[in-house]
Amino acid sequence: MTTARYRDALKYGAIWVFILVELAFFSIAGEFMSTSDKAFMDFDNMLLLLKQSAPIGIIALGMTIIMINGNIDLSVGATYALAAIVLLDSMTWPALQAMGDWAIPVAWGLALLTGAVLGAINGLIVWKTGVDAFIVTLGSMLGYRGLVFMINGEQPTSHLNWTLVDFAEAQFLGLHTATWFLLITALALWLLMTRTVHGRNAYAIGNNREAAVNAGIRVGPHMVWNFVLIGFLAALSAVVFYSESGSVNPNDGMLFELWAITAVVLGGTKLTGGYGSILSTLGGVIAIQLLRKGLGHIGAATETVNLVIGLILIAVLLLDRQLNRKGQEELKI
Amino acid sequence: MAGLTKQGIGAILAKQGILIAFAIFMIGFALANQRFIAIDNISGVIRSSAILGVMALGVTFVVIGGNFDLSVGSMMSFSTIVVLDLHDKLGPALAIPAMFGLTLALGAFIGFLVGYMKLNSLIVTLGMLSAIHGLTLTWSGGKNMDIADKAGTWFSVFGQGRILGVPVPILIFLGLAVILGITLSKTPFGRKVYAVGGNGQAATFSGIPRARIVFLTYLMSSFCVAVAGLLQASRSLGSQNTVGQGMELEVLAAVVLGGASLMGGSGTIFKTVIGVLILGFIQNGLLLMGLAFYVQYVVTWAIIILAVWLDVAAKRGRLWSPTA
Repeated sequence: MTTARYRDALKYGAIWVFILVELAFFSIAGEFMSTSDKAFMDFDNMLLLLKQSAPIGIIALGMTIIMINGNIDLSVGATYALAAIVLLDSMTWPALQAMGDWAIPVAWGLALLTGAVLGAINGLIVWKTGVDAFIVTLGSMLGYRGLVFMINGEQPTSHLNWTLVDFAEAQFLGLHTATWFLLITALALWLLMTRTVHGRNAYAIGNNREAAVNAGIRVGPHMVWNFVLIGFLAALSAVVFYSESGSVNPNDGMLFELWAITAVVLGGTKLTGGYGSILSTLGGVIAIQLLRKGLGHIGAATETVNLVIGLILIAVLLLDRQLNRKGQEELKI
Repeated sequence: MAGLTKQGIGAILAKQGILIAFAIFMIGFALANQRFIAIDNISGVIRSSAILGVMALGVTFVVIGGNFDLSVGSMMSFSTIVVLDLHDKLGPALAIPAMFGLTLALGAFIGFLVGYMKLNSLIVTLGMLSAIHGLTLTWSGGKNMDIADKAGTWFSVFGQGRILGVPVPILIFLGLAVILGITLSKTPFGRKVYAVGGNGQAATFSGIPRARIVFLTYLMSSFCVAVAGLLQASRSLGSQNTVGQGMELEVLAAVVLGGASLMGGSGTIFKTVIGVLILGFIQNGLLLMGLAFYVQYVVTWAIIILAVWLDVAAKRGRLWSPTA
């Protein structure tokens, strides 16, 4: 293997090694420190872990594409909340209530459409004004949250539809509905990024925007589609979660953007663009969820999770820098 | 229209656009509601903006130096909780310097990672946002922190006191703004911050110690956070663990609204103060018009994007981005 490929394998594989280390550590430490008799690697426990990874996970997968493309989206948490409100609120409209259970796909469609439209607004602003995506989505993070309050008011909205809850709690081949959504999204995006022109263009633009423009890639529309995609995925995440919970608080989804970015960076995607992998992000999402569960399992206070994740993120950055610096020196020679 | 005229207008808008927008806003609100320009209302707005404002002053240094600081919100929660906790354990006279020491240590840690280790500031401070939140929760055990004897402590003077009729938070905010404004615009250190943010490599070649300057900007930022934590703790004399949550982005919005470029190298303390005041007055003006607090979010969104768009458009000389 060439050095570059060796480094790639190391960087993309590192997160899975980290997951194995976590599993081993919490299993062994759990033997001594856990208050429950259950083993950490209990099968049901692991299934639950995948299910709980889904909401942040689906968003983080989309964030990977945005970041490979060289942008960032801080508004996903607010988009998530707005889509959730559209989902639950629309089912109480008389027109939809008259449709019986057929209201469910319509409500889903409306929620997903909301997400896609919000993403498109971000994308169009980034494209047409040339303002940095960080600022545009920082603004819309506030703006979309304002819309959430304007539509919903300050009280939580609840609407339980039992058909929907049954669907969300169902298990197919042992996996929960939410897990299936996570895995299918991961597969679809992996195919998008590795097998299609769109995916190759995303890497090209993130790597060297000037060169991509010169090569004739239409950077603007490409970015807009990516923002539509992440808006759609934020809404999908909301659809998956709120189908089961049935109650949305206008503050829901706050800090989701930070969790999603953390998962993406843990997976080795570069903030500067041009480098990253969907599957490693999936690893990053699982690693974070594992850490949350594991620390709880060995009886550590839940608050230590934030501390540990923050420090791990910085440690990853330090490691990454060492790896890259070595690589660059070799390139120069 | 001739390109020159358009560019001329653009340049004026870019330089003074934020002040013009501010003036239009104030006049509009004042016409809509007389109470808006009453002295006590204006003083109330500045007072409630003081905590955000003090944090924005520090972040201005970091942003001009070409970096981000997303950790100020959770760091402010930390200093608030720590000073409240130590107030009852050590007494206020010792609690305040102890809190400043701890907060500065956090700032020094971030400054070390970003300045000397040259790590990406966005991710480092994102990590620290989470880590410091964890630290705060560990310190407090997840419980709200309250001062036992709320009536009998002189500690409340910073947040609630008045000197010659002027609320102390306003004095601290404006005093700090003047001192930091002079530091940034009139001292060698300030010029070096601009140089490092404008072109880091050129700064290094001309002998400016880039790492140390970046380190110092984070130290400044954490000092301002400590002051903000002091104001917050003293104003409420009790606090939740999440008191500063989300403020990092509001602070950044204020700094950007003031016209500082996130690429570094531009911005001033004065404009940041204007940015903070605009956010404060919008909130207040909309509330006085009888609108709910969340309407300001949507208005702020539009204003941030318009402000930055005008700035970018003036620099490139055309309104719309040429990107295909």
